[in-house]
Amino acid sequence: MKFSERWLREWVDPPITSDALAEQLTLAGLEVESITKCQPGFTNVVVARVARVEKHPKSDNLSICDVDTGAGKTFLVVCGAPNVRVGGVYAYAPVGASLPGGKTLKQARIKGVDSEGMLCSAAELGLGDVDESILELDATSAPGWPLETCLRLNDQIIELSLTPNRGDCLSIRGVARDIAVINNIEIKQLPIPAVTPTIQHSRAVNLQAPAACPRYVGRVIADIDINRPSPLWLTEKLRRSEIRSINPVVDMTNYVMLELGQPLHAFDNDLLKGAITVRLAQRGEKLMMLDGNQVELTPDTLVIADDSRPVAMAGIMGGLDTGVTATTKNIFLESAYFTPEAIMGRSRLYGLHTDSSHRFERGVDFELQALVMERATNLILALCGGQAGPIVDIRDQAAQPKNRTIHLSARKILQILGVVIEPSQVSSILHRLGMVTIERADGWDIKIPSFRFDINLEADLVEEIARIYGYDRIPSAPIVAKLNIFRKNNSININELRNTLVNRGYNEVVTYSFVDADLQNHIIDEGERTISLLNPISSTMNVMRRSLWPGLVTTLVYNLKRQQLRARIFEYGRVFSHQDGTVRQDLTIGGLSYGNNYSIQWDKNNSLSNFYSLKGDIEALILRGDDVSAISYRTINHTALHPGQSAEIFYNNQRIGVCGALHPRLLQVLEIPMPVMVFELDCSAISMRQSRKYKKMSKFPTVRRDISILVAKELPVEKIMDTIKSASPTLLCNLELFDVYHGEGIDILKKSLALSLTFQASSNTLTDEAVEGEVRSILAALNSEFDSKLRE
Amino acid sequence: MVINLSPFLLHEKNMEDLNQVIAEALAAVKAASTLMLLEQVRVDYLGRKGAITQHLKSLGQLPTEQRPAAGHAINQARDQIQNAIADKKTELEQQQLETSLQAEHIDITLPALGQSPGSLHLITQTFNEIEYLFAQVGFAVEDGPEIEDDEHNFTALNIPENHPARAMQDTFYFANHLLLRTHTSPVQIRVMQQGKPPFRFIAPGRVFRCDDIDATHSPMFHQVEGLLVDEGVSFAQLKGLLQDFLRHFFSDDVQIRFRPSYFPFTEPSAEVDILGSNGWLEIMGCGMVHPNVLNSVGIDSEKYSGFAFGMGVERLAMLKYGIDDLRIFFENDLRFLRQFG
Repeated sequence: MKFSERWLREWVDPPITSDALAEQLTLAGLEVESITKCQPGFTNVVVARVARVEKHPKSDNLSICDVDTGAGKTFLVVCGAPNVRVGGVYAYAPVGASLPGGKTLKQARIKGVDSEGMLCSAAELGLGDVDESILELDATSAPGWPLETCLRLNDQIIELSLTPNRGDCLSIRGVARDIAVINNIEIKQLPIPAVTPTIQHSRAVNLQAPAACPRYVGRVIADIDINRPSPLWLTEKLRRSEIRSINPVVDMTNYVMLELGQPLHAFDNDLLKGAITVRLAQRGEKLMMLDGNQVELTPDTLVIADDSRPVAMAGIMGGLDTGVTATTKNIFLESAYFTPEAIMGRSRLYGLHTDSSHRFERGVDFELQALVMERATNLILALCGGQAGPIVDIRDQAAQPKNRTIHLSARKILQILGVVIEPSQVSSILHRLGMVTIERADGWDIKIPSFRFDINLEADLVEEIARIYGYDRIPSAPIVAKLNIFRKNNSININELRNTLVNRGYNEVVTYSFVDADLQNHIIDEGERTISLLNPISSTMNVMRRSLWPGLVTTLVYNLKRQQLRARIFEYGRVFSHQDGTVRQDLTIGGLSYGNNYSIQWDKNNSLSNFYSLKGDIEALILRGDDVSAISYRTINHTALHPGQSAEIFYNNQRIGVCGALHPRLLQVLEIPMPVMVFELDCSAISMRQSRKYKKMSKFPTVRRDISILVAKELPVEKIMDTIKSASPTLLCNLELFDVYHGEGIDILKKSLALSLTFQASSNTLTDEAVEGEVRSILAALNSEFDSKLRE
Repeated sequence: MVINLSPFLLHEKNMEDLNQVIAEALAAVKAASTLMLLEQVRVDYLGRKGAITQHLKSLGQLPTEQRPAAGHAINQARDQIQNAIADKKTELEQQQLETSLQAEHIDITLPALGQSPGSLHLITQTFNEIEYLFAQVGFAVEDGPEIEDDEHNFTALNIPENHPARAMQDTFYFANHLLLRTHTSPVQIRVMQQGKPPFRFIAPGRVFRCDDIDATHSPMFHQVEGLLVDEGVSFAQLKGLLQDFLRHFFSDDVQIRFRPSYFPFTEPSAEVDILGSNGWLEIMGCGMVHPNVLNSVGIDSEKYSGFAFGMGVERLAMLKYGIDDLRIFFENDLRFLRQFG
């Protein structure tokens, strides 16, 4: 909400600066978003009366005017506005004056006539959007006055960012109330005399949906002159609240809304037929709104209808057909109470967020309607003349919100706030807030005024007391410790996993949980399991990620475009999918390795990351002292992966993830020049620590034998290792592969494997014979299973 | 070399010989320039066929009464030569070590080899720091789903359907009335539904709002929620805890203010501001848990009270590390990531 500081000070005027006032508002919970000067940035513009107007000899659209600034002489000004007339008072920018945007006036020759400055439109002065006519000032304004004085522009515009609970502060009076409470001063009293009807015209009102509209106040005002201009004091106040001047009736309803917080609506009374009915819309009903858009009404929309049709969407916007226009003579003015529940969500549904709906959905004072009707009637009669009919005030007593009394105990204040506030101080704060307090043994019974419809509970009252008492005056206290041990040590903290990867050169990344469906389809099968957003912010973020790979790959591409030659990155987070009618959101850790394993080094021990270096990283993550045989790999067909360099990963025979090289086709699509290694692991499967027990170490010496064998080239090494282990179940204590060779010197269909076997017994020193026996049985097993040959 | 001399003469002759042998040997030791040459000297004099050994062997030809004296002289000669060889050996070994050390000098300024460590994302580091500080006062860490239902994200937090407060947080929706959580507050509800008070935990995680990406907005960001529910929990304690936290997270002289605000799930509610170079900056929301929230999870709001707080992790990190653009966190530029290794 934006408003003029001067207007606020008309209601309550504490002796403090604008900045101090802004700070008070913010610290009272009415956050000041901005405070800006009202003067739009012109200089030396003055009030001037036009003494003479004659046609420009060379142009029908231009006039030549003598302009009087009270300086004892007149200035000659060429003016193109249609509304310039003798005796009119306008804003005059003489030579040397400047306008917002920096334009400085110079002597100008317009179609052969010298012009000493210009008469200005509101738009040229930064005071509005009207630029086809010049700004007409009140006739009583003295020529020669600075325009700032005339328009009281030594003012600031305060913008509040109000929280949804403070609907009561969506008016000048509401804000003034809080300022008065804080400064402990009085707020202006606004006597509103009841208007005595001078005509008997009225309209019947039926409340057919009393739960949504328990009260409706209406009145006919006849014979108004709608063509009288709204005075500048009015349009300037509206302008400072960012409301455009329309016509005096609409301007006045807006003015009263800003002043007192109650939205009003004026109908052209001659265009209404019969009685007013407040009811829910019927299916299929349509309404042409004031903004020119036709809407089809849903049955939960509250409407104002006459005998033939809906004429307004209640509390949101009026209809175009019955609106007040330049030809309106008689109006029907509405001041109603619509419940927040009846308005909430509707403006959003129709895309019609208005000043009215904004207030009704937050709540308005439910006892204000008749008073506001009188205020608006007084102002309209004063401005437009006319005859007021009697007020029609229809209420549904049962549905009308009730005045509430809430009990507040002194103990509760201490309990919630942790500070003792003297009872006299509590009473004082509550009184200033407009509450009536009745002392009780343990505290107070408090009657809540109707304008504080946001206060419903004891806790709400405690907040009010704290807010006015001052949050800064509440002391700080330590929390009370009643502690238990809560951390279990059998789960692996995710940071252990993260640090393992960091120590292996990986940088952690954080990517969006939503990704591009097209990219993801290149990476994941079973597209139907993907979860799509109904309202994505862009087509590149339209589905939830099924895998961490789309984000990792996107990050790689981003960095490759920034001349990075090498990347090792990982992410930890959730991946999402539909499964059997439920939503899965599994914690996952995934990594990507591209380019050299190490950053550039001056020795030769650097190589491109490959499947085996990736396995090293994966096993570092998973195996924490476990035997490497706990982990195994099986070939997999995966959309994203190279068919010959990809595997499912098993840990103690449970599938825990996938790894491999990205498919060359995918690299081509993404324009990635070199192989990319990726892995992804299900965190729930690797984050429990295996229970561990000490195994006694043998104190007898080990014996090492190296063997070199020839086997079929395509034979997986894992099988050979398994065979060796089962051929020497007790004595073989370590088995290492130290060379793999195929090529020159051996059969093209074979490969040579060099293995180091280490033997050890638990209870004696091994003899040569025993070791030779083990080696022989290993070789025999290899020979019988794989037809292997010992290489000489 | 057996010469037929009288035993006495033999002795005399031997003594002269011995002195000469000693002189020769010492000269040879001195002249030996390598360990190998020195070893040859040792063999020549002390070896099985060496000069001294020969002298010892000739002792038997002496009259019995002369043998002790002659033996003593020869042994002395042997010791003298042995000592000289040992000293020389030490000297030569020392020389040799010096030489090889000289040859093994390397350029100690050549760069290190092997893997250089990567880095944790700054958001993780900030989470860790927050967790570390709150763990000191007994806060556990809880987690919750990111795809949430309306009940946990809104209704149970006292935000009914169509409430204007929902417009404060533009929400991403899925079919079936599911949504991306707009704050970490649903974790409050989930944890409280599953246990009994007291509760004392923080819940770090991702949250989502339907905002376009710019320097200050992101459709995804991170929050840390905190909740303490127990008997006798007060707003004064909330102030104390958050001031304590902020002083340790930023610095002892950070200026903090609590300002009334509104969250549907707390009452009273506050925003926490800290004073930056351009004025006050909003960094946290907090308040006393709303009685409706406690009631919705079956906690007696007359017996128990609690406070909750929520902070934007990016905001905290930006202030702490001087980052001026929210997008930096999600671009994952390696140059940025490595800065915070």
